[in-house]
Parts: sequence; structure tokens; C-alpha cells
Amino acid sequence: MSADHTFAGYQTEQFHDELFDLQGHPRPGAKVLVDFINRLPPGTLQERQEAIERALHRMGITFAVYGDESGTEKIFPFDIVPRIVEAFEWNHISAGLKQRIRALNHFINDMYHDQQFIKDGHMPLELVSEAESFRRECIGLKPPKGIWCHITGTDLIRHSDGAVYVLEDNLRCPSGVSYVLQNRLLMKRSFPQAFAESSVRPVFDYPSRLYETLVHLAPEHVNDPQVVVLTPGIYNSAYYEHSFLAQQMGVELVEGRDLAVKDGFVYMRTTDGFKRVDVIYRRIDDNFIDPQVFRPDSMLGVPGLMSVYRNGRVALANAPGTGVADDKAIYAYVPDMIRYYLNEEPILPNVPTYLCNREEDRKYVLANLDKLVVKAANEAGGYGMLIGPHATPEDREEFAHRINAHPRNYIAQPTLSLSRVPTLVNNHFEGRHVDLRPYILYGKDIWVLPGGLTRVALRKGSLVVNSSQGGGSKDTWVLADIPAQAANPNDSLK
Amino acid sequence: MLSRVAESIYWMSRYIERAENLARFVDVTFNLILDQPQNAASQWAPLVFITGDHEYFEEKYGQANQANVIDFLVFDTNYSSSIISCVSQARENARTVREAISSEAWEQINEFYHMIRGASADRQTTQTAPEFFDSIREHSQLFNGILDATLSHASGWHFANLGRLLERADKTSRMLDVKYYTLLPQLQDVGTTLDDLQWSSVLRSVSGFETYRKLFHTINVHRVVEFLVLDRFFPRAVLFCIDAADMSLHAISGSPLNTYQNLAEQRLGRLKSELAYADVQTVINCGLHEFIDDLQSKLNDVAKAINDTFFALRAVGNVQAQAHSHTHTQTQTSASPAQTSAQSQTQSQLS
Repeated sequence: MSADHTFAGYQTEQFHDELFDLQGHPRPGAKVLVDFINRLPPGTLQERQEAIERALHRMGITFAVYGDESGTEKIFPFDIVPRIVEAFEWNHISAGLKQRIRALNHFINDMYHDQQFIKDGHMPLELVSEAESFRRECIGLKPPKGIWCHITGTDLIRHSDGAVYVLEDNLRCPSGVSYVLQNRLLMKRSFPQAFAESSVRPVFDYPSRLYETLVHLAPEHVNDPQVVVLTPGIYNSAYYEHSFLAQQMGVELVEGRDLAVKDGFVYMRTTDGFKRVDVIYRRIDDNFIDPQVFRPDSMLGVPGLMSVYRNGRVALANAPGTGVADDKAIYAYVPDMIRYYLNEEPILPNVPTYLCNREEDRKYVLANLDKLVVKAANEAGGYGMLIGPHATPEDREEFAHRINAHPRNYIAQPTLSLSRVPTLVNNHFEGRHVDLRPYILYGKDIWVLPGGLTRVALRKGSLVVNSSQGGGSKDTWVLADIPAQAANPNDSLK
Repeated sequence: MLSRVAESIYWMSRYIERAENLARFVDVTFNLILDQPQNAASQWAPLVFITGDHEYFEEKYGQANQANVIDFLVFDTNYSSSIISCVSQARENARTVREAISSEAWEQINEFYHMIRGASADRQTTQTAPEFFDSIREHSQLFNGILDATLSHASGWHFANLGRLLERADKTSRMLDVKYYTLLPQLQDVGTTLDDLQWSSVLRSVSGFETYRKLFHTINVHRVVEFLVLDRFFPRAVLFCIDAADMSLHAISGSPLNTYQNLAEQRLGRLKSELAYADVQTVINCGLHEFIDDLQSKLNDVAKAINDTFFALRAVGNVQAQAHSHTHTQTQTSASPAQTSAQSQTQSQLS
């Protein structure tokens, strides 16, 4: 009898697998799930996977396919086998993220004020002054409660050594949290028993936590603050998320044209006239929020918004200018920031990073282009990237030119071996590489959502998890209790 | 509520109602043809006339036969008032206000859209299937029911109701107009089985046949007109729609019924009074077609006033002064320039 629908023939190969150890036994936290799936009648999992896909269609969680005249819409691919993170490991990750956000917030504030970190010789001035995401307009800015990065979605990966590394901080408008919540909703319907037995920590309270984080920023004298979500509009690829979050928080979803500045305040246009707005969760890039201050051609923003913000009469999350710490060359200094501002050792390591503006690093990078991943310092979403081992000699040549022309704009990292999770492929399981994006809220205190978006590279062997390039997502189960047999964290960390 | 959101909800609901009415028109034509197959060919042209877009039709399709008319009314994505275009526009509007309507309502509209798109891909079989047109009507009714049962009956719901009822009033009157026009020349048929059949089919297309029978028992053109235009209780009759729309409009502004605070309330209130005190004999003596023409142009004025009052982007101007005084000025200047606002208010209270 074929046991294709079970994990019987599943191979972890030489990779770190999130559900199975090197001997092919389920990890302690995954045992309940693995047993559950093994007991399912053949075809059941595939059926549930398809039911989830149908539900996503029905709920309209789809995106239009560009250039398709017939109006075809696709769902973001979803895989039914969840990633499991055990409690002890989550505690480690969560502590590391909180530490990192505290240090980054200090750093951003420092960069727009005294630049003490630079004056004390920890980072060259030109890294900041030449960062595309550094906003001169924000120098001297004092955001409400001293918080710059209210909402962060840090990208983590696990390397073949078993350790979790920070790949990117994503301090601007990280998206994806709506998928975390919707994935969970659908998974609970598909696997009620497995959920109950595994004691998975809930994620449903994210919207209320987000709301609290935003209300916390409202100007002091305001009694019942009006919070809104500002979206670029229906054609933005994350529009569904903007609308979902507004709906879940019970606040208005506004576009730039719904807002107006008058007499030093921001108002929205309602059917009863103008109504004051106190906090704006903006899902529009800095550059577009106020044509009087930033890009004058922006039609998405609100003229005059920044001056109201400077006067403390409206709050913006995240604060404009926060993106400076997203620069990939500046990212390399985060461990130093943690030591400098907090006087602590970093809990979560960075991926080793070569900065092409350092001469010895550049030489090394140019000599090893076939082994490294080269990234443009200002790009996100997997764009402007060279994956050395998979690139053609012409591509490498091209990047060598670019690096020599603008060394400041390029960094390089070793090609990482991302961990894998079993994924349903044609009715059986194959390992696929994943990363993990947890979400961190910085309000009264710092809170990490127990879960996150596990992005999975659905193409065999691919390391690119971005949805624009063949990526999908999985539910992420953070477990509540430490199963007794897994009490020693060193077992899985080293 | 945000003006933009109110506008999208209003149009979402209007487009769904428009799609439902189109499906009703087609459905009733199918029924007529089954009863009198000899006249099959001539039954389709009136459907094109109802739309008011017969020029486009003639240019693109030529002959008004079943296949062409259904293609035009149901599946033509280049024609902005076809069923598929209406449902798609309703869905786009719903998508922009997804956070303001209930998830269930959004899912229903989404399913509605996919159902029509699926049928469009398979239109050979759809064309002759009355079930398809039933299912359009059912989807629309389900949507309205879900909206009713899951959306708070606050301003958002009232804007949806307003859109739905104004659209319905317009469509009922339009259908009456066209049927009256196409049936009238055949004077020799008055009182015959054929006449009975034709008018029954008109009543059926608005689900009004059973109610009409209970009220009047026999088919009589005057009675049918009275029922479809001036009935206060039948939910697809013009006066009923206007009356209920007026209530929603007042619920939105909070002003007492039979008074007005803005241009929209004034225009709709005036129309309501006109219909409330109309009698069918006068209407027919003066010409039903002229009456309906006038009614439709007044409905357009109401829609325009709703747009100006609630949706149009107001200049930042006088933020502190709020909207009331603003719309009041509008009333004075554009609605009744000869009267003072106080005078016109008294008048509308009297009528």
C-alpha cells in the first residue's frame, strides 16, 4: 500500500527541517501534528488544502494578474502544513526582537538629533548622509512618546547550523500580518483537533493590540482619539490588508483625498462635514505622504500633513524617517547599536554582511561573487539582488561593475541555507525553504505577536520566498508550553 | 461616515439592484415568448429600448434577436450597464469599502461576481436557461438580505437603501413606460387574452402579480399603472420606493420627516408629495409617457442632489463652520432662488 499521504517517505535531506530532526523523527512540538496527519485517510489533506483555497477565493483575498485582460484573479498560495516553533525557542526569538527594536528606536532618534553613535566613531557619517531613506526633513523631529518604529515586521531565517538570524528589519510599512490572521482562521477550521492538542498560542488579538499602540500616540488632551488607516488605494498590492486591519480595529480606512489640513489640524471629509483625525496608521511611504515636504508630484498624500505632525496635533505611525535603519548597509551595524545604546550583547545574530564601501570587504566580495548574495542597500522585496551561485557569469560581471561604480549601495552576504518545512506537493510531502516574519508593536511597551508569517519558496530548491516570485505562506504555530523532553534548548539551537 | 465610503456603498447597492432588474426584464421576456411563440422575434427589441442605449446596440449587434440581446444585456463587458458590468462595478465599489460593510456581504457580492463570470465563459448553455436569471435575482436578494441582517442600520445601511430604492423606482417606471409604449398601438387587443397576458407579464417581472390580483382581481391597464406607480405598500412600486428612500435620507441627516435641511431632502420630499397626491386618471389623461419622463428627470435631480450634498469633494474652506450652514446656502441658491429658506421650509412642511 502506498503511504504517500503520510510522512513515511519524507526526506529532510541535508537541510535543517522545522518539523523533523536529522534522524527523521518528528521534533517534540511537531509530534501531535505529524501523528494527526499520518492518521488522516488518503486524500483528506489535499481536500482540505483545496477547501482553504476555495475559501480564499470566496473571501476575495486575491490579487489581479497584471496584463490579464480577462480579469483573472489569483490567491496568494497557501500551504496547509504549518511551521511549528516551540515555546523555549520562541522566548529566545521574542527577547531578541524586543532588544533589537529598543536599540533601533534609539538609533533612529540619534540619527535625527545628535548623531552620537557616529561622533563616537561607531559608524561612518556618509552611511547615513548617503542613505536614500534618510530624510533631512525629519532632523530635529520629536515623535510622540519618543517612538519612531511602532510597527515592525522583522525577517528571520534559520541557517543549517540551526541558529536563527535576522535578515532584515522592515521598519517602514511591513505587510503580511493579515495573512497571519486569515491563515489561522482557515487552519482552525481544517484542524480543530490538532490545534487543541498542540496548545498553539492565539494570534487573534493583534488588531486590538495594534489599536492600543496607535491610541497611545494620540495627543495628550484628546479624549476619544480618532484613529485612521491611510492607504494608497485599491490598486496597492496590500490593499486587502489595509482594509482588513481597519475593519478589525473598527476605524476608518482613508485615502489621501479623504483628508485635508486646515487651521493646524487634519480632518477627514464625512457626510456630516469635516471630522478631526488624531492618529494615522499610514501605509504610504514617507516620500508620498506630504507633497509640500516630500515628493511634490505625490497624489496619494495630504498637503500640509507634516507641519501638523511637527506641531504634535496628529500622530503618524511609523514616524517618517524611520526607514533609515532599513538601509542594508546600516543594518550591518545593528549588533553594535545594541552594545552601544543598551550595553547588552545581541541575543539574535545578524547574517554576516560585507559592506562594499569598506575596501577589504569589497575586494573579498568581488573575488567571491559566485558564492555570495549581493543586495542593493536601498531595495526590498527581493529586488536588485544577485544570488551568486545561481547567477550567470554575465550577471556577475554586471554586478561587479555596479559595485565598483557605487560601493556604498551594495552589500553582500554568504548564501544561506534556509531551513525547510514539509509542504504538500501533488498529494505528497517535499521539503521547501522558509523564512519567518514576526510582527512587533512598540506602544506602552514592546509586544511580539506569538506567531508570524512563514513564507515558503514553493519552487523546488528555490530560496526566494517573496510572493512576487513564487512564494506562498504557511500558518506559524507558536506553542504555549515546553514539552518536558525538549527542555534543553541547546539540543536544537546548536 | 466618510463621504467617499458613503458614495461607494450607495453605488454598490445601486448596481446590484440594476443587475437584478435587468435579469427580471429578460426573464419576463422568456416567459412571454413561451406563451406566444409566434411573436418571439418582436419581444426582444423592447428590452433594448428600456436601456436607452439602442444606438450602441444597433451599431454593435444589429438585429434584436435573443442571442444578441442577451449578449448585450448580460455579458457585454464593454457596455457599462450590462449585468456583468453592473455586478463587477458593484464589487469594485464593495472592495473599496470592504471594512465598512460586513464580511458576509462582501463575500456574497464576490460570489455573485464569480457566478456571472463563470456563466459568461459558458454562455451557450446559459442563454437559454431561465435558472440563470433566477439565480441572478436570488443573488441580489441574498445580498440585500445579508446587508439587512449583518450591517448596522446606521448611515451606511441608509445610503445602501437609498441607492437601491432610487434605482428600483427608476427601473419600475422605465419598464412600465416601454411596455405601455409597445403595447398601446395594438388597441384591437385591449381586453383580450393577449392583453391580459402582456400585462400579467409586466406585473410578474416585478414580482407584483400576486399582490395585484389580491387587490384588483382582474387585469386593467389603469389599475396596473396605479399599482406600479402609486401603491404605497408594494415594495417595487415607485411611490413605495420614494417614500422609503425619503425615510433613509432623513435618517442620515437626522432631520424630522417632512422637513428638509439639504437639497437632496428637498428634491426627494417634493417628488414624494407629488406622487402621494397624484391620481391615475390625470396621469393617463396627460400622457403616461410624459409623466414617466418627468418622473425620471426628477429622479435624476434627486440623485444629483444626493451627490452634491454628501459625496462631492467640498473645498477645505470653512472647516469650523461645519456642513449644515454650507448645504443650507446651497438650498437657497440653487433649489428655489425666489424664496427665502424659511418660506420653502414651511411649504415643504405643509405638503
